[in-house]
Amino acid sequence: MKADGIGARLARKEDKRFITGKGRYVDDVRVHGMTYAHFVRSPHAHARVKGIDISEAMGRPGVLAVLTGRELVDDKIGNLICGWMVHSKDGSPMKMGAWPAMAPETVRFVGQAVAVVIGETRNQARDGAEAVIVDYEVLPAAADIKAAIAPGAPQLHPEAAGNAVFNWSIGDDKAVDAAMSKAAHKVTFELENNRLIPNAMEPRAALAEYNEAEEHFTLHTTSQNPHVARLVLSAFYNIAQEHKLRVIAPDVGGGFGSKIFIYPEEMVALWASKKVGRPVKWTSDRTEAFLTDAHGRDHLTKATMAFDANHKILALRVDTHANFGAYMSLFSSSVPTYLYATLLSGQYNIPNIYAEVTGVYTNTAPIDAYRGAGRPEASYLLERLIETAARTFKVDPAELRRKNFITSFPHQTPVIMAYDIGDFNASLDAALKEIDYAGFPARKEKAKKEGKLRGIGFSCYIEACGIAPSKAVGSLGAGVGLWESAEVRVNPVGTIEVLTGSHSHGQGHETTFAQVVADRLGIPANQIQIVHGDTDKVQFGMGTYGSRSGAVGISAIVKAMEKVEAKAKKIAAHQLEASESDIVIENGTFKVTGTDRLMPLASVALAAYTGHNLPDGMEPGLKEGAFYDPTNFTFPSGTYVCEVDVDAATGKTSFVDFVAVDDFGRLINPMIVEGQVHGGLVQGIGQALLERAVYDNSGQLVTASYMDYAMPRAEDVPSFKLQHTTTLCPGNPLGIKGCGEAGAIGAPAAVINAITDAIGNNSLEMPATPDRVWHAIQSGRA
Amino acid sequence: MYETIYHRPSSIDEAAALFAKNEDGKYLAGGHTLIPVMKSRLAAPSNVIDIGRIPALIGIEAAGGTLMIKAATTYYDIMSSTQVKQSIPAIARLTSMLGDPQVRARGTIGGSIANNDPAADFPAAVLALGATIRTNKRDIAADDFFKGIFTTALQDGELITAVLFPLAAKAGYSKFRHPASRFALTGVFVAQSKGGDVRAVATGASQSGVMRVGEIEKALKANWSAAALDSVKISPDGLLEDIHGTAEYRANLVKVMAQRAVESAE
Repeated sequence: MKADGIGARLARKEDKRFITGKGRYVDDVRVHGMTYAHFVRSPHAHARVKGIDISEAMGRPGVLAVLTGRELVDDKIGNLICGWMVHSKDGSPMKMGAWPAMAPETVRFVGQAVAVVIGETRNQARDGAEAVIVDYEVLPAAADIKAAIAPGAPQLHPEAAGNAVFNWSIGDDKAVDAAMSKAAHKVTFELENNRLIPNAMEPRAALAEYNEAEEHFTLHTTSQNPHVARLVLSAFYNIAQEHKLRVIAPDVGGGFGSKIFIYPEEMVALWASKKVGRPVKWTSDRTEAFLTDAHGRDHLTKATMAFDANHKILALRVDTHANFGAYMSLFSSSVPTYLYATLLSGQYNIPNIYAEVTGVYTNTAPIDAYRGAGRPEASYLLERLIETAARTFKVDPAELRRKNFITSFPHQTPVIMAYDIGDFNASLDAALKEIDYAGFPARKEKAKKEGKLRGIGFSCYIEACGIAPSKAVGSLGAGVGLWESAEVRVNPVGTIEVLTGSHSHGQGHETTFAQVVADRLGIPANQIQIVHGDTDKVQFGMGTYGSRSGAVGISAIVKAMEKVEAKAKKIAAHQLEASESDIVIENGTFKVTGTDRLMPLASVALAAYTGHNLPDGMEPGLKEGAFYDPTNFTFPSGTYVCEVDVDAATGKTSFVDFVAVDDFGRLINPMIVEGQVHGGLVQGIGQALLERAVYDNSGQLVTASYMDYAMPRAEDVPSFKLQHTTTLCPGNPLGIKGCGEAGAIGAPAAVINAITDAIGNNSLEMPATPDRVWHAIQSGRA
Repeated sequence: MYETIYHRPSSIDEAAALFAKNEDGKYLAGGHTLIPVMKSRLAAPSNVIDIGRIPALIGIEAAGGTLMIKAATTYYDIMSSTQVKQSIPAIARLTSMLGDPQVRARGTIGGSIANNDPAADFPAAVLALGATIRTNKRDIAADDFFKGIFTTALQDGELITAVLFPLAAKAGYSKFRHPASRFALTGVFVAQSKGGDVRAVATGASQSGVMRVGEIEKALKANWSAAALDSVKISPDGLLEDIHGTAEYRANLVKVMAQRAVESAE
């Protein structure tokens, strides 16, 4: 292994600026003449906007403008879009209500913007916003799925009768019925997948500038995908033309999916910068983040799994209601459908699967992709079901899983996905060994003597990453292709810039991407600069989400590197008077194999740019681009096992051990991969033990601050024991699968399975707060 | 935050005079309650009077069977104090469990008591130990001081200068943290006075703020042991109920935390 190459635990290049406070985030950017936006937001979950009186606000010091939803309509600014079309099982397209960036007529969740005040200072804009008088006619609200689908429920959008966006299905209903009728055992389970709020460390922000003479906009924004933001802002909203809009996503402090989407505030800032004729900055405060960032999860599910007499799975039937909030966010429709139900086979050979998903409007913040996006919901459901089955059958949960594992690849599931490779026994075996499963009964006995309830829980997850083959997602309703782009520029002195369409907001791309290039050329990683996040610098790219940047983004870089290397070899062969096929790349040199004749990379690069002595007909320069479209999804998988102690007197859970064995294919930087797994596990434990967004019946967000929304802290999580088993992904050049979401996908079921094992009561919802666990212990005793 | 005028008096009298002179003034000590509500524009005092640096309000003295902690002494100074550890170790323990290092570096005992947050730790200790609250005007017995959540016997402008704790035979504190805020979801302070009186005070649990728990006091007076509480049943009536804990759960915690407080008592 090379010191800076693939497999090296290289310290992150970006961390020096992050940990010394030298990162440059949107709110750090200041421009001449900058003004500030403050939004007037609805205090009601559902209300008609009867009138907005801006006269007093306009008279406040420093207030430059007060803009309302009516002016958005007058300026023909488009409504927010949902970029993935899902059809109901009856063939009808999903029923979307309009989402204007500021509500001209009706507000449908607490926090929805109705007007914006532009002020000379942040405080003046806020003072102005307090003086805007909005006359609301309060309407009844439907604050959760059950309330929204109840007979006589308040109707959110005229387009969606009964608040149903779609009733979608996948799989073979009749085949599942037939298999169920022959089953020896059936296990039925109902659960809620708790609603989460992403809580990126950096809240969303936008700084919009309009240059009147050039008719050109610049938008600094907290985006995971600046080109997608530019495309959507220009193609659908009628604010700027694509070639007259530069989108810059500089350092971004975490996204977890929530910064994929185009939100009203960024749109309005862009539009307002032209109306006011001054640059406009908006920075979300933490309360606004709670109220308006796209939330995650929120499913109600009933599922039945059928087994034969030998405990082999015969069929799975799933009925899920998925909350979408008040409006369909950018990729929301794909999350509880194609990113969820296509993973319902898990690691198991399930011959028949049928799932129905009903999308529901509620008077709550929009819900969209959040770390894992659909896959945590699928994995949690399956792993709770199979654990429940093992308890029902009184068989070893590890062995019941093993009995049903898919062991031959490729494997076509009944729900679209074709798993290319994996070794589920390998990760299960490694996990059992690491946690000393054989010794568990003795440990449980010992804990019992010490007055503790000890439990162990498994989760064998699989997910689909490398999102995604464009043709495949196109056929499923995606409005975009999901390839990735790269350009490799070798400078005349031999240093290299890599322009990637991926975007790093914590993932460490500046290090791992450089390692891939360093590995190929045998040069130090610090000779390579990764450029991302600016539509004026970087060619069109699709951005970072769905654990795709390794499998898709790096593959594009590899493709561009192959072109660069091929041209460089031609130049070296020409100058060294050798055959091109004899040139090998070693330690930053182009060498004639078997000889000591060589040219350093810098000499080849200089030759390319002087053009003095190139092969006949060759263009000068050494710069190549590539677009990489994946051939299949990738399928990271693994086994998580955790052991917990529950304090019966208080219901408090504490971790004894947590083992995570993942198969991510090739690892570029194992240290960064471990960091990604740690972060994912903590978010997964957060969902299992702590986090829950709660709206009251009137649609007020009860958990609108950290006083009530419980984020995991260092003291809440154990030291994780991580291992990797490896099957290389056959679908991309380096065999990468992706690692960003695995922890959040696999952890919740392991934790809940362990707690329910400890307390001997399988009836427990997430988050398993001490209160809930204590009540479960009490009702188990009753 | 709205604009406000900041004052930094150097004496208690100057602070009181500033308060009297300015309409709509607020005392600021550690600022952990006042500053967040000002930042979220829920409070807008025209004048903020910072008493956190008045020398006469800072310090700890132990003499004649009494531990005196002056009002603007920070939690960090209290938990690190040898005098506190030696005279009433349960107070050092309580303080070390309060908030996080940043909170402990700024927060003050006087601020905690004057605010009387229903989940604050110090009111439990003050009431259980039968302390005396000294102000710039008078001495107030703990029994007369706490008047329900966020409400005390303090008059407008009256400033706590110190809290005087009688040394106890035994005292202990145990709390169960709120999953989100990490305040006390329920905390219980138990104390046995040198005269043999027993008090058990719960915080975080009751709708009316810090409260003495008669059933526990009775059982512990008969037999000062955790086991003595095994058969005690706490009623959930009047206890708080929210997404983090039912009243029934809090009632259970009152008993369990009392047992653990007894076990930790020294």
